[in-house]
Amino acid sequence: MTNHLKALSAAIALACAGTFAGLAVAQPMSYVLPEETAVFKPGPGVEAAENNCAACHSADYILTQPPKMGRPFWDAEVHKMISAYGAPIDEKDAKAIVDYLAATY
Amino acid sequence: MITRRQALRSVGGMALGAGAGLMAGSRFAALAADTITLPFGNGERPLVVYPGKRALIGLTARPPQLETPFSVFNEGILTPNDAFFVRYHLADIPLDIDPTAFRVEVKGKVATPLSLSLDDLKTKFDPVEFVAVHQCSGNSRGFLEPRVGGGQAGNGLMGNARWKGVPLKAVLEKAGIASSAVEVAFSGLDRPAMPQTPGFAKSLKLDHALDGEVILAYQMNGADLPWLNGFPLRLVVPGYFGTYWVKHLSQITVLDKPLDNFWMATAYRIPDNECACVPPGTKPEKTVPIGRFVVRSFLTNVLDGAKVAAGKPLPLRGIAFDGGSGIARVEVSADGGKSFAPATLGEDLGKYSFREWRTSVTVPAGEHAILVRATNVLGKTQPMEPTWNPSGYMRNVVETTRIVAA
Repeated sequence: MTNHLKALSAAIALACAGTFAGLAVAQPMSYVLPEETAVFKPGPGVEAAENNCAACHSADYILTQPPKMGRPFWDAEVHKMISAYGAPIDEKDAKAIVDYLAATY
Repeated sequence: MITRRQALRSVGGMALGAGAGLMAGSRFAALAADTITLPFGNGERPLVVYPGKRALIGLTARPPQLETPFSVFNEGILTPNDAFFVRYHLADIPLDIDPTAFRVEVKGKVATPLSLSLDDLKTKFDPVEFVAVHQCSGNSRGFLEPRVGGGQAGNGLMGNARWKGVPLKAVLEKAGIASSAVEVAFSGLDRPAMPQTPGFAKSLKLDHALDGEVILAYQMNGADLPWLNGFPLRLVVPGYFGTYWVKHLSQITVLDKPLDNFWMATAYRIPDNECACVPPGTKPEKTVPIGRFVVRSFLTNVLDGAKVAAGKPLPLRGIAFDGGSGIARVEVSADGGKSFAPATLGEDLGKYSFREWRTSVTVPAGEHAILVRATNVLGKTQPMEPTWNPSGYMRNVVETTRIVAA
């Protein structure tokens, strides 16, 4: 771990100690998530992915999938998002997203 | 096959001003200065720092999924709270919780619905405490060949903690279970990003829910649950995969018919056969909900690719666990699996815990493959060849660590 990282860990540990100490006096507690940093890779159709996929999950869900899985894999994934998770993606966008994912990842 | 090589490398300085942003109460950058490369294709991950957590392997940000770096498992038999893995399904995770206002509701086919505060749980029931492994169903999915979709994890979506809480049995008996009851369903404070997405809920068969071992846990390793591990209350289902360990547990519903939602009927299912496997690339004809862990063991103090001294004793240590029968023996091979010799088991922290093992081997100069194989009390052991199923669950192949002696 670098010194920078150690410093950040220490700063966060202090912040958390402050937050969690609230339990003893029964205060409402909050958690602050870090900023989301992952972005979709550039490529034709990236806007369709940004406009639809990112509504429910961060781009790293896609970025971390195994490489070169091919069109049938991405077609199944996109249609799982529609049928199983209820993503409101019309077929025109779905095709654009599948084209983008199959070509880019 | 390389099973466990996590190469740390620095990619330069961290984002400036992250600490200042945190102190001002605004959002901060999780991205730390380092990345880690899991030993499979597209395995590079950022190391990220979340409140209450040390630098962990960042799989996804929204919702958060964080993997424990494998080196943590050599620090001790219990996994520290700040290093424990995190896995959510749905993006609207709770970010504001008032512990005094928090209630868990017990409802459905019960005589008396209950609404229990944390104080109720801590003062009106006898607490129980035990050590148990928690493991994500998708742990080790990244190692599958052929690869499958889903969270691409190394071996770090597991951990071993001392859990304290109240037996589910005691809570259900206080509510009074109707004679028509067959299952108990659980859900927490996390919600989907869109209302049409199925909310996360899981169920246990009634006899399992009443076995006395399933608990509503409010403590982990002697402290409040970490926020991202389900603060202030989670279900702990010892021996069973993590999908049932519902976080931020707020609803317990006794059902008179099986829960038939996406999370039980479609997701988290395995082939209905002895190996929970099918020929790679094929689909199972029949599936059942995932259940207990299979036997696993790991070498933790020597990492893949290590250079060691030839002709001198090389101390080895590691961990083994199973779904709750307990570990009967661990054997180690230093000749690529041709012969195995027994290792010495460490302190027994209970049948659901990691079990430490130790041994030493002396190898001549050259390349060697060290294999570790555990057998549980029921006589079940680990396969020499990896099994495969389309969801990448239940991996428990005998792990191989390659070393070079000189």
